[in-house]
Amino acid sequence: MMRACYLLHDLLADTARACPDAIAVTTRSATLRYRELVRRSDALARTLADAGVERGDRVVIFADNGIDAVVAFWATLKANAVAVVVHPQTKPSKLDYLLADSRARALIANPHLPYVESAAHAAHLRIVLVTGTAAWGTAQAAGVAPVRRCIDLDLAAIIYTSGSTGEPKGVMLTHRNMIAAVSSISEYLEVRSDDVILCVLPLAFDYGLYQMIMAVGAGARLVLERSFAFPAETLALVAAERVTGFPGVPTMFATMLAMKSAASFDLTSIRYVTNTAAALPVKHVLALRELFPAAKIFSMYGLTECKRCTYLPPDDLVRKPDSVGIAIPNTELWIVDDEDRRLPPGQVGQLVIRGATVMRGYWDKPEATAKKLRPGPLPGEVVLYTGDLCRLDDEGYLYFVARMDDVIKSRGEKVAPKAVEAAILDIPGVREVAVIGVPDELLGQAVKAFVVVDPEVPLDPATIQRECRARLESFMVPSQIVLRDSLPRSGNGKIQKTELV
Amino acid sequence: MSSTPTTTTQLREFVTANFYVPAAVVLDDIPSFLDHGILDSTGVLELVTFIEGKFGISVPDHELVPSNFDSLAALSAYVERKRV
Repeated sequence: MMRACYLLHDLLADTARACPDAIAVTTRSATLRYRELVRRSDALARTLADAGVERGDRVVIFADNGIDAVVAFWATLKANAVAVVVHPQTKPSKLDYLLADSRARALIANPHLPYVESAAHAAHLRIVLVTGTAAWGTAQAAGVAPVRRCIDLDLAAIIYTSGSTGEPKGVMLTHRNMIAAVSSISEYLEVRSDDVILCVLPLAFDYGLYQMIMAVGAGARLVLERSFAFPAETLALVAAERVTGFPGVPTMFATMLAMKSAASFDLTSIRYVTNTAAALPVKHVLALRELFPAAKIFSMYGLTECKRCTYLPPDDLVRKPDSVGIAIPNTELWIVDDEDRRLPPGQVGQLVIRGATVMRGYWDKPEATAKKLRPGPLPGEVVLYTGDLCRLDDEGYLYFVARMDDVIKSRGEKVAPKAVEAAILDIPGVREVAVIGVPDELLGQAVKAFVVVDPEVPLDPATIQRECRARLESFMVPSQIVLRDSLPRSGNGKIQKTELV
Repeated sequence: MSSTPTTTTQLREFVTANFYVPAAVVLDDIPSFLDHGILDSTGVLELVTFIEGKFGISVPDHELVPSNFDSLAALSAYVERKRV
């Protein structure tokens, strides 16, 4: 008989039934087998329910990447509740905002993180569990999971977007959304039970969270690291654990490629490398192919609101290095102009996504939701207006142009910051760059670039500007160039342009 | 060898000025910057750039490890050792 997976934690149940003694998670200090993960999450779900957590209630998990966070995530689902995983470096004002905005009923937190004590006083909380305490031990010692109340249309998680513009918005994801996403991504990555997936990305970031969910779905093993702060240690771990899946973001890859010793680690076990969050510069793509000779390199693109839009099949990497690829399995996409007319290949417009991964909306933000989710082709359905400007080529491959919010209007021309950034990155000695528009009386907006250069290469703003003139149409050349030691980043490693002035 | 007050003071000033140190935290007392959310991967790189520039030392990949970088005492001792 076909066994249906309706709720996300059905994946865990299936895997644990099939291979109870397989290791689910390895950290530097511990391992957790699937059998144990089920037992502890059942018991913790019981504790949450007994404390008054009901169907649809939000449980905030404020924790470092670790086994406790993993147990807490699955326990929340089994308690019929909604998981809100919060980045451990979240500052007090934002943590308070997230607890209040989500009206969290439960808080599960690591003891060493700052502000846990003050957060515990948030208005709606029924229970606060601090990991490592005696109460935490008791909470997950023994107990039967609560009665299943949810169906797949209920929420499984709310993922707060880091709010590069305005206050953070909670992306509501149903069980169906998340099962659709994990199925699609696991299909094109061909994730298997013998995979060993590295996760140094925070579980608060959907990219990190889905590594964990994919591992559980496939019965694979997750090697969970707190961060990539000490790259040599992480690479040594990759070698020791024979990691097969290596998900990263451009900053991580830039760090690795700058390491003189990167090639000295045995990275031959790696079967696939994935990149998302921002595009990899072409020169980094080529360098990664040398660093991971045996690996398929997947360049991917998406937004939390639908988890993922596209991936570039590894075989197309050389042929179309600047494309973000094709729609993920079971997702459809098209491009529209300002009047919502579908555009042919070659023309730039807004990307629209139709698929089972498209979010339920923004938590408590109906106006913001209405801007993003609009009627689709069938009665009653909605599709996602991404707010991203893209174009398709004749073969249906997608190219990201700019966030609509980011487009700079200078001298009456539209300038895509990404195009300027790509040109500056192409200048030898440039490490990182961020381009924004700043108000300018004459131009409307002026193009301003913040550049991090290699300390060993003498590059001044005038030289960079001259190099830009050789690479860009004149209206795109930054009129202002500032050198910086580093660029401000969010907890997810994305450059925070709002902090640049 | 014990580190001179100057090195520790300079490092303390840099970390305090450039990273978010919660008001309740005494930087000298905490055993792990990472645990307290003071440093992340970008922060570690900024710290490396600072000490390389300030103290004229070079940090090879294999020395970029928590035992050298994850607390004020460890960092101070590391810098002192390298300056010899």
